[in-house]
Amino acid sequence: MQVEKFYYDNRIVKQFAFATILWGVVGMLAGLLIAVQIYLPAANFGLPFTTFGRVRPVHTNAVIFAFVGNGIFMGVYYSLQRLCKARMFSDVLGKIHFWGWQLIIVLAAVTLLAGYTSGKEYAELEWPIDILIALIWIVFGINMFGTILKRRESHLYVAIWFYIATWITVTMLHVVNSFELPFSWLKSYSFYAGVQDALVQWWYGHNAVAFFLTTPYLGVMYYFLPKASNRPVYSYRLSIIHFWALIFLYIWAGPHHLLYTALPDWAQSLGTVFSIMLIAPSWGGMLNGLFTLRGAWDKVREDPILKFMVVAITCYGMSTFEGPMLSIKSVNAITHFTDWTIAHVHVGALGWNGFLTFAILYWLIPRIYNTPLYSKKLATNHFWIGTIGIILYVIPMYWAGFTQALMWKQFTPEGTLKFQFLETVTHIIPMYITRSIGGLLYFSGVLMMVYNIVKTVKAGSLIADEAAEAPALEKHVETHSKQYWHRWIEARPIQMLLFSLVAVAIGGILELVPTFLIKSNIPTISAVKPYTPLELQGRDIYIREGCYLCHSQMVRPFRDEVARYGEYSKAGEFVYDHPFQWGSKRTGPDLARIGGKYPDSWHFNHMQDPQSMSPGSIMPSYTWLYENKIDTAITPAKIRAMTTLGVPYSKGYDLQANADLFEQAKKIQTGLKAEKLEAGTNTEILALIAYLQRVGADIKNVSKPTVDALTN
Amino acid sequence: MTKQSLMKKNKGIMKFIHYLETITGVDIYGLSSLTIFFTFFVGMTIWVMTSDKKSLEKINHLPLDN
Repeated sequence: MQVEKFYYDNRIVKQFAFATILWGVVGMLAGLLIAVQIYLPAANFGLPFTTFGRVRPVHTNAVIFAFVGNGIFMGVYYSLQRLCKARMFSDVLGKIHFWGWQLIIVLAAVTLLAGYTSGKEYAELEWPIDILIALIWIVFGINMFGTILKRRESHLYVAIWFYIATWITVTMLHVVNSFELPFSWLKSYSFYAGVQDALVQWWYGHNAVAFFLTTPYLGVMYYFLPKASNRPVYSYRLSIIHFWALIFLYIWAGPHHLLYTALPDWAQSLGTVFSIMLIAPSWGGMLNGLFTLRGAWDKVREDPILKFMVVAITCYGMSTFEGPMLSIKSVNAITHFTDWTIAHVHVGALGWNGFLTFAILYWLIPRIYNTPLYSKKLATNHFWIGTIGIILYVIPMYWAGFTQALMWKQFTPEGTLKFQFLETVTHIIPMYITRSIGGLLYFSGVLMMVYNIVKTVKAGSLIADEAAEAPALEKHVETHSKQYWHRWIEARPIQMLLFSLVAVAIGGILELVPTFLIKSNIPTISAVKPYTPLELQGRDIYIREGCYLCHSQMVRPFRDEVARYGEYSKAGEFVYDHPFQWGSKRTGPDLARIGGKYPDSWHFNHMQDPQSMSPGSIMPSYTWLYENKIDTAITPAKIRAMTTLGVPYSKGYDLQANADLFEQAKKIQTGLKAEKLEAGTNTEILALIAYLQRVGADIKNVSKPTVDALTN
Repeated sequence: MTKQSLMKKNKGIMKFIHYLETITGVDIYGLSSLTIFFTFFVGMTIWVMTSDKKSLEKINHLPLDN
């Protein structure tokens, strides 16, 4: 058999590795900044683009799509070539992929800081960037499949399965969740509204965790763990079950983000059941990883790379155990909207993704630079400081979440709420401070890694094209009849792609379709009317400033929430909400019933100087809203877009909208003036006040069901 | 006020809890999910269990021989 000589492309691996490090530093710095802002509102610097609501999406997007994203590509480009015994399909596509992805990241950072956001968590990027992401993702897909198709190894190792499933599922999620109607070059409204938008968003959001932060990293784990420990995976059978069960189950779990909300009950239960079932494949994967190291624990004691891997896999196990627990309704009733969620995701992000990335970087850089790591000791120190950082980060956050939830729910013997919302916040500020110290430690570990890698790179020289040889793949592989149907799928990437797609699409369709079918009879509440043009503008300002990142708009049907906020939220209230703004975290109180709760003057003073109205508040001030004029030129386009999406504005209303807008703004301005508050004509604060006074106010006019009707 | 009259009065608000009942044949979603799952997992388990051990060993060593 003829042996072919070829070269692995290490240059592209190097580029992705460096990008991983760079964006890791940027993303973590942004995280550190917002962690400090939580207890030190002055750290918002009074500037729109350094305020929490705008930096937070930069942090999440940078960590997920820039740090982990480049980490995925680094791992895939390195391992795929070697597992396929072939150079990447095309160097040009690789370059387009690399530079295209970096361009997306830069555009994302700039637009998010400038306030262009779709208002949907982890999918905040606006439509032109969404299109660019789709294009670059397809380039990656072509490059990956091209490589797989020209491979010299007939078998597809399980890591490649994970890569294939990742690619196809992310494509599906991105396309479905990004349906939006543009009304300007950088702005659009979500195609979906209210309950449907929430369901699609969390179907996407949860699977962004599953198929961006988990499956590709599992693929990477299945390659690099055997490499680093120099032994094959404990059980290949288990890895197959792990793969299919995981991708099949994950896709259904999204609704656990919406427990006790206005989402239909059946969808909530579905999410819970599948989330609990997920423990099995997740732990199968974790145990497979840890058992791989059986008999090699002496190596773990000495090798920082294996240390990182062990903690990463353990964190994977912890967060995938915790996830299902958090999906149980009674547990979720306590944890949801609190810092518990923040702790949970950081076990995953800092432990699983972060540590696995560091392990791979420490393993890979010396190899492609053909030199030993500059300092093993420094890497070990990085490991310890990082581990302490994680502990100092997550324990205070668990504590804070649990404490705050209990305080929210506490009643006095007289039957009134024991604590004001603000008291529950000031109580946990020490935890916030400790958390930021944990984050700082973790970050300083990363800086140690940067130094270590810079030194390593300087000492070595890049083997840009690494020589390798392998026999060409025979066209017809002889299989025994018994083996035939195993091989039929296992060795055929296209079948694998289609099977993965079927597996994830079934879950997606069965979960989403029923909610769409009910669109025609979503319980309309006759009192719920479309927003006025001024309120709509105000709502877009609310989205622009990222208010939803700290304030939910979803009163769950609990005694304490009804007592604190008012009537619990109904599905029919959100039919005109493109996008929905239910939120996922209550750093501040829920706003679903804020409308009519305070006078306009309260909001006016509060937005300018929150501490003046609520002493001790940790909300930043929004002084620029008092100078910026409402962009009224865009009002007609906004109304037209909403009309297209089915909001019943009367025909030709787009042209009258601004007249109504000016009138309503004038009215609020005059009202404020009566209280000796000077608001500039048509300033953004007027729109925001109009919106806040409208939120949840519609059904206040409707007769409420009595306790009798609810309990019988 | 009787329960019926209350229910009637609150129909506008409370109707939403029955939404699924209004879709014809909604049961098929639940039943088909269960069936697909069951078949899929049984199929997968059989597939894995009957896989040729030698060939699995070979695949398992792929990361190590490059």
